[in-house]
Parts: sequence; structure tokens; C-alpha cells
Amino acid sequence: MRNRWRAFAALAAGALSLAAASSCLGEESLDTIIIDAGYDRQTRIAVVPFRQGPEFSNRQPMADIIAFDLARSGQFAPLPARDMLSHPAERGEVFFRDWRILQAEYLLIGRAFAESNGDLSLAYELFDVTNERPMVQDRLTAPADNWRDLAHRVSDQVFEAITGVRGAFSTKIAYVLAQDAGTEYARYRLEMADSDGERSRTLLSSEQPVMSPSWSPDGRSLAYVSFEGERPTIFLHEIASGKREPLPRFPGINSSPVFSPDGRRLTLVLSRDGNPEIYLMDLADRRLRQITRHHAIDTEPSWTPDGQSLIFTSDRGGGPQIYRLELATNIIERLTFEGRYNARARLLADGVHLVFVHRRNGVDHIAWQDLTRGDLRVLTETRLDESPSLSPNGAMLIYATQDKGRGILAVVSIDGRVKYRLPSSSGDVREPAWSPFMDGFGQSEID
Amino acid sequence: MLTRQLHIHLAMLLACLLAASCATTPPPSEPPPEPEPAEEPAPPPPPPPPPVFNDNMEPYVPGTRELLKRVFYFEFDKAVLAQADLDALQVHAQLLIDNPDRRVVVEGHCDERGTREYNLALGERRSDAVRGFLAAAGVPESRIETVSYGEERPDDAGHTEAAWSRNRRAVMIYR
Repeated sequence: MRNRWRAFAALAAGALSLAAASSCLGEESLDTIIIDAGYDRQTRIAVVPFRQGPEFSNRQPMADIIAFDLARSGQFAPLPARDMLSHPAERGEVFFRDWRILQAEYLLIGRAFAESNGDLSLAYELFDVTNERPMVQDRLTAPADNWRDLAHRVSDQVFEAITGVRGAFSTKIAYVLAQDAGTEYARYRLEMADSDGERSRTLLSSEQPVMSPSWSPDGRSLAYVSFEGERPTIFLHEIASGKREPLPRFPGINSSPVFSPDGRRLTLVLSRDGNPEIYLMDLADRRLRQITRHHAIDTEPSWTPDGQSLIFTSDRGGGPQIYRLELATNIIERLTFEGRYNARARLLADGVHLVFVHRRNGVDHIAWQDLTRGDLRVLTETRLDESPSLSPNGAMLIYATQDKGRGILAVVSIDGRVKYRLPSSSGDVREPAWSPFMDGFGQSEID
Repeated sequence: MLTRQLHIHLAMLLACLLAASCATTPPPSEPPPEPEPAEEPAPPPPPPPPPVFNDNMEPYVPGTRELLKRVFYFEFDKAVLAQADLDALQVHAQLLIDNPDRRVVVEGHCDERGTREYNLALGERRSDAVRGFLAAAGVPESRIETVSYGEERPDDAGHTEAAWSRNRRAVMIYR
């Protein structure tokens, strides 16, 4: 906890910071290490330590969770609590002069207390210090287990009120944790954690590889590939109930399941005819429709945000490149031309910007391309980068890379300026999938 | 004519010389008595045919106790069988033809470079290369199954070129 505070305290001081954060819940949670928050001008916000009832004295201070969320976005510089002249928790205790002296542009105060039924109640208020006016005031109530959920909810609302962009701090990430790979004790786990890496939980543990987790658009289910039974099978997995359902398996590759934006269809890859081709499955009646027919490798499909087209990787031009296929017409258009290896693309919600794996000088990086203008920019300078996945607000991108021979997750803002890492102390982590926005408090923690 | 007569004379001379040499050799001695057979030994059992597979269903090089190579390595981003592996693959093909109750699973694997799902396809091309060879050599395709693990099951978890070259492979597993 203290480390974590130091992480953004240092950021607030304008220093390029590198600090490890120890996880507080779930001993196998991902750590978060901020590498670079490279905005020239960060918004200065004072997140005053919340007044917390004695029932919650053993919880991580709520203001710490919120301040760390905002710091991770790279757009905010939370002020260190030790510099604060007062610790108001209600509107009547706020003196704007105290905050102008600190050059805070915004001020967040709040108090967390227990309701008579034991529920957690959280009241908070955000002020515009410059104009001395309240911006947001709200009160959230939830079962006391939802401490961190409420903190992330406040972060979302503060972020949106100030930047105009919906916050994505309440979202989840799914990923694969591999332990003892290359030995007979190899174990593969499908994990899910908060977007800050905390509260990881294991959804599936197997001696055989698990691959390609992908969220349903309602955030309630995951599709993935499991090699249990020593053959690849696509599963649908309902998170709250733990109910798993295998899809019909075909000879050869069964891979790359991705839900359509409306959640009714799944695109996938089968090589049942001897060559990897892209298919669509209607989830209501499980009917399959073959989309590509080419002797080349066609794989790694994903959807355009309007659900009208697929983006995919094909080596029909010699090496792997990215293509777009319009489903109504089957018209195929090549999208990438720079470099000899471009693969596994995801399109941003604007339908214009593409992120993908781009090989440059033999090293795999994550790159970004504007499809209207065609210019390509490399976003990451790490190596063996793969599996880019976008945050639902389109602001950040999580991907898998390696650090000192270890598979870790890393996050970079779409403009490349903010970077942080999410290593795991318990193995190689990879194939991150950022969840969609979730209603309620995410999955099963609340009814 | 002249030469023919000369040949005849030479032959006669040779015959005389041979007869003379025979006359000087001592007469052959009596053959030594047969050694008394001490005991009638059991006729040695015919050597058992060498096993085709060990207990782990790994085949031997026929007629030996040496395991037959069943892991075949590939160049980076390639799915072409090495020329040096074709002899061993031919032995596998004959083994499968001679043992019609045996089936084989061919696993395809990649190194960690490149994307995971694309590597599944590349791994399948490697296992397909082995299957294609065996089928062309007369093994019924119904007895060859392929499964690609892409980069998911490395043999060597390292991140060096040496590790990568060990991981780009097709593995034959008999069932």
C-alpha cells in the first residue's frame, strides 16, 4: 500500500517514477508498476483521504485506490496527502484557498460509512477549485464486499466529469497465467482481475494450454480455447455461475473465438477442410457459415464496431498482413502494407484506428495505424509484444510482452505516452482481454 | 598356329611341374578322431524378434534397440521438412504400414515469436508436412491425426535462438 502511494506521489511531484505496488487482496494478483506518465501537463487533483468508519479500518484507504486509478491514466497528477493543509470530508469543511495554494485544479472529498444493515455507503463530492464550484455529488450504496468496486466507480465518474471521456476503471481484464511451461508440470490458468490488477481469481486451471479469452459484449461470459482432452475446443464460460459449454469440435484447428458486437454471433477459425478458414457461428442455433475460402492461412478474426465487417490476418500476399472483409459482399481489402509481418489486429471504436502486432527489424511490437491516412506508428519499444486489447473507452491498450524472460502484461495509452506494467509473481501472464463496460459492479460480487 | 603350339607345350610343362611337386608332398595323415561329444546341448532358441516399440510406444530403429527419431525440427517461419529427416520418416511410414493396428498423432509446434493464433496455423502446416510425407509413402490418412499447439507447449521455455530452434518442431506420437 505504501509503495502504491509512493508511486503516484512521485508522479505528482512530476518525477519519472518507477515503483512497485504490492497486492493487498488475492496473493496472486498482478502488481502495477508505472513506467512512464509522459504528459507534459497533467491535471492536478487533490484526492483527500476519505473519512472512513471504524468498520472499514482494515480496508485500503479509498482515496488511495481512486488516486492510483487517476494516476495510472497518465492524465492526472494526484497531490500527496502529506502536502494537504486540511482534510475536509464534507462541503462545509472545504476552503478553496487551501487548495489554490497547492495549485490543485480539482478537489475530491468523501466519506465511507456502514449502513444499519452493514452495507457500505459512500458519499463523495468533486469540486472545480479554479471556479470554486461543485461539479459532481453522489452517494453509492453496496454490500460491504464491494469496497474496491465503489472506489473504481468514483474514479470513473471523476474521470468523465473532468475529461469528458467515460472512465474504464471499473472494468476487468481476463488473461492466461502459465506456470512451469516447458516441463511436465506445466499448468495453464484462465484468470480474471480488476483493471488495476487486483483481486485476481482463477476461472479455469488445466494441464493443457488455454488460449484466446474473449469477452461477450455484456461482460458476463468469456469464450476461449482449451486443449483439455488434448484437442483444441472452444468453450463458452459464464463467469457468475462458472457454467462452461463446449462448442462442437472439428478436426484440426478450433481457435480465435470473438463475439460479435451484438453478442449473437461468434467468429472463429476452423481448419476442418485442411486449411485455416474463418467462420461465423450463430449462437442461437449453432449454425456455421464459412466466410473465407483461400489456400492461405486466414486467422485472428475480429469485428468492426458496426458488426458489418471482419478484420483478419492472412498470408495470402506472401507473409501475414491485415485484411478487412465486408460480410454482406465478401469484398476483401488489404489494410497493412508497411513491414512483412502484421498480425492480430483490433479496430478502435472509431472504426478508423487499428492496433496490431508489427514486426520491425525482427522484433515484434504493437503498432497503431490510421486507416484513413495509412500512417503507422509503433507504440511499444518492448519485444515479443503481442495480443493487444483495447479498453472499452478506447483510451488505453493492454498487451502481453516479456520482461527479464518473464511473460508480463503491459498497458500503453493510445497516444503512446503513458505506460505501466502488470507482472505476476506466480508465472508468465499473457493474452490479456480487456472487458467491456459492465453494468452493476461487474460480475458475481453483487446481485 | 605357332602360338597355339606354344600354349600346348607350356600347358604340358606346367602339368609335369605340378606332378613333380605332388610327388614330393608327404602322404596325408590319418584324420584326427572325432572329439567325444560331452553332452548334447539344447538347440539354442531362435533369437526373439526385436520389439518394434518400447513401453512408451516409442518405435525402435528396426532390428535395433536404438530409438527412432520422431521429433523433426524446422527453420524459422517455415514448414518444410529437412532433407536429413526424410530417411527416418520413410522408416516411420514403413512401420505404420507394417503395423496396421497403430495410429499416429503428429503434433506441430512453433517458437514464441509471432502471434499465438497465427502460430497455431503455422504449427498445423508443420504437422501437415509430416502427414503429407507419410501419406505419400502409403500410410492411410485415416491413421494419421494432426494437432497444432502453436507456441503453447514449448520444449524449452528459454528465450534464446537455441531454445527457439528446439521449439520449432513436429512430434510423432504413436497410439
